[in-house]
Amino acid sequence: MNIVDRRPNPKGKSLSNRQRFLARARAEVKSAVQEALRKRKVADVDHGEKVAIPTRGIAEPIFHHNRRTGRTEHVVPGNKEYVRGDEIPRPTGGEGRGGSQGSPDGSGEDAFEFTLSKEEFLDMFFEDLELPDLVKKSLKETFAVDLQRAGYTVTGSPANLSVRRTMRNSMARRISLKRPKQWELEALREAIEDARARGAEEEVERLLRELDRLEHRSKIIPYIDPLDVRYNRFERVPRPNTEAVMFCLMDVSGSMTEAMKDLAKRFFMLLHVFLIRRYRHVDIVFIRHTSTAEEVDEETFFYSRETGGTVVSTALEKMLEIARARYPTDRWNIYAAQASDGDNYGADSGRCVTLLGGEVLPLCQYFAYVEVGDGMGGSLTGLSRDSDLWRAYSEVAPAHPHFVMRRVSDPSQIFSVFHELFAKGGVRA
Amino acid sequence: MPDSATLRLDAATPLFNGPNWDYAGLRRVHDAVERIALEELGLDVYPVQIEVITSEQMLDAYASVGLPLMYRHWSFGKRFAYHETLYRKGLQGLAYEIVINSNPCICYIMEENSMTMQTLVIAHAAFGHNHFFKNNYLFRQWTDAHGILDYLSFARDYVQKCEERHGTEAVERVLDAAHALKDHGVNRYAHRTKPNLAEERRRAEEWRAHAEATYNDLWRTVPGAGKDKEDQDTAEARLQEIKRELGLPEENLLYLIEKRAPRLEDWQRELVRIVRLISQYFYPQKQTQMMNEGCATFVHYEIMRRLHDKGLITEGSMLEFLHSHSSVVFQPEFDDPRFSGLNPYALGFAMMSDIRRICEEPTDEDREWFPDIAGSGDGYGVLRHAWANYRDESFVLQYLSPEIIRRFRLFHVSDDSTKPALRVEAIHDDFGYRKIRSALSRQYDLSRREPDIQVVDVDLRGDRCLILAHYVHDGVLLEEKSCRAVIRHAATLWGYSVKLLEIDAATDKTLKTYEVAPPG
Repeated sequence: MNIVDRRPNPKGKSLSNRQRFLARARAEVKSAVQEALRKRKVADVDHGEKVAIPTRGIAEPIFHHNRRTGRTEHVVPGNKEYVRGDEIPRPTGGEGRGGSQGSPDGSGEDAFEFTLSKEEFLDMFFEDLELPDLVKKSLKETFAVDLQRAGYTVTGSPANLSVRRTMRNSMARRISLKRPKQWELEALREAIEDARARGAEEEVERLLRELDRLEHRSKIIPYIDPLDVRYNRFERVPRPNTEAVMFCLMDVSGSMTEAMKDLAKRFFMLLHVFLIRRYRHVDIVFIRHTSTAEEVDEETFFYSRETGGTVVSTALEKMLEIARARYPTDRWNIYAAQASDGDNYGADSGRCVTLLGGEVLPLCQYFAYVEVGDGMGGSLTGLSRDSDLWRAYSEVAPAHPHFVMRRVSDPSQIFSVFHELFAKGGVRA
Repeated sequence: MPDSATLRLDAATPLFNGPNWDYAGLRRVHDAVERIALEELGLDVYPVQIEVITSEQMLDAYASVGLPLMYRHWSFGKRFAYHETLYRKGLQGLAYEIVINSNPCICYIMEENSMTMQTLVIAHAAFGHNHFFKNNYLFRQWTDAHGILDYLSFARDYVQKCEERHGTEAVERVLDAAHALKDHGVNRYAHRTKPNLAEERRRAEEWRAHAEATYNDLWRTVPGAGKDKEDQDTAEARLQEIKRELGLPEENLLYLIEKRAPRLEDWQRELVRIVRLISQYFYPQKQTQMMNEGCATFVHYEIMRRLHDKGLITEGSMLEFLHSHSSVVFQPEFDDPRFSGLNPYALGFAMMSDIRRICEEPTDEDREWFPDIAGSGDGYGVLRHAWANYRDESFVLQYLSPEIIRRFRLFHVSDDSTKPALRVEAIHDDFGYRKIRSALSRQYDLSRREPDIQVVDVDLRGDRCLILAHYVHDGVLLEEKSCRAVIRHAATLWGYSVKLLEIDAATDKTLKTYEVAPPG
């Protein structure tokens, strides 16, 4: 008898089968994922998801009998009261006694439920979405530059001296050329003293000559020769920006209801998760505004209540100020999303347009404006009457392809709007 | 007992204490179990290889239908996802073991099991199932326990090579289609040659090498040989000849497709063959599930009882074992929400114990029903004989006793779809015993459980349409949607259209026709 411990064997033997299965079920899984999204909180979007998918695309059909036709017989246990000749009403549905045959092949299942890992879920979720304008940035704008080690060189600035490599060369050269060592000279000098003391003149003479020769040699073979010196070499490698900052701008004035804020929040969360997947590091700046703007933390941003008027331009100014101070464009990709119910102090809209078109948009990779409605049918009122801000921003939009605006009035629209904004192949503003 | 002296010496020291297992403990347990199994129960087994695995690996094994290696296919991923979900939700526990019908007999045990469970598992799988695999006639006849592991590894590599050459999608298309027909890819009656899987593998490799070595692109450019110019009569005769050569009617659909499908390439034929051989390998298991589990459960029960009698396991372990054993052989009644058919462990174990009882302490009823074994005294001998020479269907027909029918309170219901209600045909009384016994036996008959489908004709003169027939018994038709899907798969393999006729076996009337053209 043999006992083998298989536990250390590589894990995930089924992984590739799982991936094939997912690829197979992709269409179903995708629609299930979107369905799931409608139901769940966006705050949880970053977790795995349990999806139930219909077996359509992943069915494994086999020939089997249709139980509703013909005559079949069953032998079942647990008779309590029946005698021969009794009639039993036919059980309805798949459950109950009729299931005595079960479905040995599992062909009876009508929905198939399993859990996606977080990665798989997000992959599906963002599958055909792409960050806009990345190409533009990589062509036009300066890259951040990284220094990358690239071996050693014989020329360079003293600051880059590679002591280790230099000393290694030096030692090799000294050994190969037999440069006398310090202790050899010392020993020789001692021997001379010794010989002098003994009065062995002839030997002193010989040793002195020897010492002379060695000292000469030690002079012509330097301890460190320019030949030995090596410098660390660095190459300048252009590096695409891998850091992003996301500005969340929201109107928190009295006219914004909780429902609207919730819509806005969902949109921000989606954007956040999306950016996290594309960038190594994502900063988020929350700016809320009434008639004045301030930078706040997330909690305050979403949950505290404010009242006051609405001056949108203050938020844009605040954003510019922060961006200039902390997020230079050569290092940071700047994304911004603004949510508002569209109200603005009448005279301010013009200023918003100037700020946005002239200063904010040139900094940004992408600027999304989402106008949240109250769920009473944004499209109805929206069609008949555009809000102040909407009208104002509409002037800016045509000149700036990376500025988009959308209306949302219901949580179920969030994903489709988001999807539209980031669909691969460019934004159709 | 002849060797009671030595055993009594052991009796003072149980083989293990406490729940934790270790390798030395496993070895001690195995040796003790082996002694009982071989010397006292007279079992005959393949050498055992015990492999310890984690629960995750157990799920992996579930996914690949219990085999240690398997080619890649999305359906295994689906199975994995399915079992994983059930397991994570706590709806389904994992099996304590999986045992492979191979030589040496590989027995997977889970690391989570307590030492008592490991003992149970070793007795159950490494001796119970192992004995059954080695001795039952179906396994001896149909499976090659020596070659299976090598063949599986060949299959996995072959499928992978095909994927590299022809693309995953093309391979998947063939496998999907072959999987749909795999229940109809077994030889049920005739027995062509004893399968030799090592030979199989060599054959496939040689064939490919030969095809590569003799490949000459010139042949492609040679115009087709002149068409036959035979007159009508000889053509007709030739047609009959061809049909005979094709071996029609043929119930092994995959075999016919592998050999005769006009448009398959060699690698596709080989893939079909792989699916067919693996399906054939499982065919005996489907036919003997109840007996196999009954045998293993009976063996583990006997062994555990004897270990306990000898003082080799503690009272605590025995209680733990009995708890687990009684839940394994629990049979919910038909109106219980947990009911999902007859529990093969319960019925199997009950029948095995009952046979021993009949042999050793028969009642008058038993003497009347089983004159040849009642009171023979050699329970184990009779059981070994039954394990070797029966399958579920014949076993029930031969050995289901009135005692068991009464104990399970079995009753026989007939369900005629044209009538509004089900009818109780027989219950556990003198009138009903035989009816129930034969009805239950039919219920275990795989050839009745699975649709009876055969290739009856190939329209060689016309459009090369493959004609299948489903012989309808008792008016039970095929489920339409899946039937259409399977025929589509068959058409993919065949390359031309496939027709399926539902023919009433009694009257020869065609009840329904399906026809599917090949895709693309």
